[in-house]
Amino acid sequence: MSFLTPTLSHYLVLGAFLFAISVVGIFLNRRNVIIMLMAIELMLLAVNLNFIAFSSFLGDTAGQVFVFFILTVAAAESAIGLAILVLLFRHVGSIDVEDLGQLKG
Amino acid sequence: MVQTLIFWCFALILLFAALRVITVRNLVQAALWLVLSFFTAAGLWLMLQAEFLAIALVLVYVGAVMVLFLFVVMMLDIDTEKLRTGFRSYIPVGATVGVLILLEMMLVLIGGYLGPRAVPAPPAAGASYSNTRALGLQIYTDYAYPFEIAAVILLVAIVAAIALTHRKRRETKHQNPNEQIRVRRDERLRILNIPAEKREP
Repeated sequence: MSFLTPTLSHYLVLGAFLFAISVVGIFLNRRNVIIMLMAIELMLLAVNLNFIAFSSFLGDTAGQVFVFFILTVAAAESAIGLAILVLLFRHVGSIDVEDLGQLKG
Repeated sequence: MVQTLIFWCFALILLFAALRVITVRNLVQAALWLVLSFFTAAGLWLMLQAEFLAIALVLVYVGAVMVLFLFVVMMLDIDTEKLRTGFRSYIPVGATVGVLILLEMMLVLIGGYLGPRAVPAPPAAGASYSNTRALGLQIYTDYAYPFEIAAVILLVAIVAAIALTHRKRRETKHQNPNEQIRVRRDERLRILNIPAEKREP
């Protein structure tokens, strides 16, 4: 049962699963902007998990510093994204991606 | 042995919660499942001895970002049925792409890090080791400039979010400094020439 004990590979594959799930989520909820933003957050979580796994197993704190910056930028990104979403809903009245074709020349 | 059990529990909960986030019908429920997945990921980070980031994840994401998501979802009146049209028709292509990505990643990751080339597990940190201290030492020395830039990014995000969603209301009263400065004397002051009355003796 030694393959069950968590190694670096286990964490990396878990991150890969999480990343693939969020990619599929973007495909499935192609019209819903909010779920897309949530899927992007999940993607960043998967990347962060990989960073921390490598940092922990290789004994280098730099990976954790990078996760720190990713968390900062991701928080800023979701705040601005949701602000744009609210603005969009006020103007268009829906959050359907199909309704956002107004910039066509 | 206990750690193995905890890892598998957390991993399965994390994957299940992530799957629910992308498939659930109700947006509020999706946000709550996302909260669960963040919380579980924080548990996994604790197992990897990244205590500071685990706590930061709970504080920043579960505490702030997800509340923002819930706030927006509840504030907007969204017709979820219309948004889910075509959900099933995207399943084949989505699943194909997802499985391909997963297989490619597993091919690289398992081959590279399992078996004879496996990275040995890190030694358990001593009782006096502080993850927060180690992180702080690096952030404030080697990564001081990126840290400042991160602070500026946060400030820009605050200003942008407020400027985007701020609504000007017509009934609110506010000063216009430009007009205040350019005002002239005769716009405000009128000199009347009133004859003085004589007081009765």
